[in-house]
Amino acid sequence: MTDEPLLRVSALSKFYGSRVGCENVTFDLWPGEVLAVVGESGSGKTTLLNCLSTRLLPSSGTASYRMRDGLWRELYRMSEAERRFLMRTDWGFVHQNPADGLRMTVSAGANVGERLMAVGDRHYGRIRATAVDWLSRVEIDEDRIDDEPRAFSGGMRQRLQIARNLVTGPRLVFMDEPTGGLDVSVQARLLDLLRGLVTDLGLAAIVVTHDLAVARLLSQRMMVMKDGRVVESGLTDRVLDDPRAPYTQLLVSSILQV
Amino acid sequence: MMATPLVVSDVAKSFTMHLRDGVTLPVVTGVSFSIRAGECAVLGGPSGAGKSSILKMLYGNYAVDEGQIIVQHGGGLIDLASASPRTVLAVRRHTIGYVSQFLRTVPRVPALDVVAEPLVERGEDREIARAKARSLLAQLNLPEKLWALPPATFSGGEQQRVNIARGFITEHPILLLDEPTASLDAKNRDVVVELIAAKKAAGVALLGIFHDLDVREAVADRVIDVTAFAAGKIAA
Amino acid sequence: MNAQSTDIATYNFAYLDEQTKRMIRRAILKGIAIPGYQVPFASREMPMPYGWGTGGVQVTASIIGPDDVLKVIDQGADDTTNAVSIRAFFKKVAKVAVTTETAKASIIQTRHRIPEQPLSAGQVLVFQVPIPEPLRFLEPRETETRKMHALEEYGLMHVKLYEDIARHGRIATTYAYPVKVEGRYVMDPSPTPKFDNPKMHRSPALQLFGAGREKRIYAVPPFTDVVSLDFEDHPFEVQTFDQPCALCGAENVYLDEVILDDHGGHMFVCSDTDHCEKRRADGHHGHLAPETHSASEKMEPAE
Repeated sequence: MTDEPLLRVSALSKFYGSRVGCENVTFDLWPGEVLAVVGESGSGKTTLLNCLSTRLLPSSGTASYRMRDGLWRELYRMSEAERRFLMRTDWGFVHQNPADGLRMTVSAGANVGERLMAVGDRHYGRIRATAVDWLSRVEIDEDRIDDEPRAFSGGMRQRLQIARNLVTGPRLVFMDEPTGGLDVSVQARLLDLLRGLVTDLGLAAIVVTHDLAVARLLSQRMMVMKDGRVVESGLTDRVLDDPRAPYTQLLVSSILQV
Repeated sequence: MMATPLVVSDVAKSFTMHLRDGVTLPVVTGVSFSIRAGECAVLGGPSGAGKSSILKMLYGNYAVDEGQIIVQHGGGLIDLASASPRTVLAVRRHTIGYVSQFLRTVPRVPALDVVAEPLVERGEDREIARAKARSLLAQLNLPEKLWALPPATFSGGEQQRVNIARGFITEHPILLLDEPTASLDAKNRDVVVELIAAKKAAGVALLGIFHDLDVREAVADRVIDVTAFAAGKIAA
Repeated sequence: MNAQSTDIATYNFAYLDEQTKRMIRRAILKGIAIPGYQVPFASREMPMPYGWGTGGVQVTASIIGPDDVLKVIDQGADDTTNAVSIRAFFKKVAKVAVTTETAKASIIQTRHRIPEQPLSAGQVLVFQVPIPEPLRFLEPRETETRKMHALEEYGLMHVKLYEDIARHGRIATTYAYPVKVEGRYVMDPSPTPKFDNPKMHRSPALQLFGAGREKRIYAVPPFTDVVSLDFEDHPFEVQTFDQPCALCGAENVYLDEVILDDHGGHMFVCSDTDHCEKRRADGHHGHLAPETHSASEKMEPAE
């Protein structure tokens, strides 16, 4: 564990006209740490995620990222070229709908290999071997490597999307409802897989979810958002077992027990 | 090693129930005690007196309203009551172990890896951790055919043994035990008593809740009466 | 056709008005200044349908002068409809000399081929381009492809080649094979066979590309690096033919298959008709060549 965070977010706000997207969000994220952002739809969690991943520019506030060379860079002052480079090397973004994060009309192997080719790998055999390795890590059979994701089930697509993101060894992965829209059994498998990958690779992740069980399973820390503001944050099990804010208590008490 | 790795002073805890018009339920107040290395202290008192809440505060699982929880951690002293989440996580990884009453299972992870995980998280080699997990599960008489299965479908007693093995596998200098023997038979209760004795001999400071009188007799060096920390005037 | 002076309608020289030609020349100059970059231009309606080379025709019309000698080829041939019509068009609207001989032309407008005879300094090759964007088939958004060019994000191009190898065991793209120009822009060389890609590399001639429907012009100035994309373990290769031209016996040229009858009879002949005719005139002949009174057997070094 290093003593420096990976990401420093300070007073981040995003307004859509007079409407609040997210307001005054401040936190640090350390390497290897998984932060869950929970709240219901419209709470601003996706706006926050999009701002952090620079898919959206905030109205005010700063976010700094410690690059691989150890230097701190302010995300919103980087050029678009630098941000896009960061996005496909040191970062990953796992969309809720795999179709948003995959190229549906090229093969699974090419989907995994694209990032490698984007950073200049020009050896077909090596790219393919890496793709095979990553497919097996996300439990996709090697013989599906030349199939298009259109032919995959929802769970497989999501696993493929994860492999596509992790192939360049990113240090930070953004996930937007990674298990949303999947069957419960498929969800469990995916969560287990994510949990293993995050631990093995020492990934830091920011996971947006409305599912508190997902937050408990994946994250060490969580932030609860409501109306664009963070109403409570802390250790995940502390927030869930001893919720302090009225809204968190409501959320926690609304979980269905099996 | 410091002789008193855990000092609790003037800790208070209450719950504010916002869903019930903000009514405040006091739990404990003025909680003060310390645990010495190599000692097993037991929290005593009737149900609802706040034993479990105290344990959870010591593990950072419950927030603390007032007071300090001073823990010897990483060569210094830190106040767990006001520590950042990141510090609490580090304390859990290296200093304070916890055996909860119930096992929180993770889908698809086999019992053996559930037990080995805390060691792996501390940087131990996976195979060495698994070997240690095997010997603990064997000691706790968990049938070997269950080791490769996820514990979600195990019986209460089986799950508890997995949980105990998971809690005892590491060498945390402080170990919190929340009714670890509640669903065990006599034979396995004896195993737990042996495990606790071994921890004591190794200089671990233990704090536990044991409803089973025999076990309590066997392990407790001292009983801390939680009723002394009763918050306010609780009816009945 | 001797009554030109009395025609009711007369055209401006080379059909386009001078303002339009200036606008197109600016686009061409910009294209030359940024080799391989697609310059948008205000493509005009031309008196022929899209797909007939309206982009190339506008480029030619903007650079042609009264002293130019024009050659037009379609798939290498001077005598196909498209080539004949465009040649006739410029003969009429610019009254320029036309030729079928590569060496004599100052401007060669082409659809899908580069002549076999190496071009020389001072010549201009004008390509007719249907789809100028090499990234288009993988990325449908123009906003995104422009960004990708701007930021030199060309990983996607290799995704296409990767897919080829994964499906066919080799790079199966045989035409419109993507190239990198001067180490910067990835460019679609128009639907020429990849056989012709090496001819673009450091060519002494100026190469201009016009896409009428897509309203883009791009250029490769003389002596510019044009490198075909490939993988280290699957390097770029041109097609090879296992037999020489049936008419002129040329090897290492691009061949077309010609069906001779409806019993499966066929032959492979030079796609570049001018090249083939010249070789035959010089006495070369292939195995299906009609008997000629070929006199000398002087060996001309074939390229």
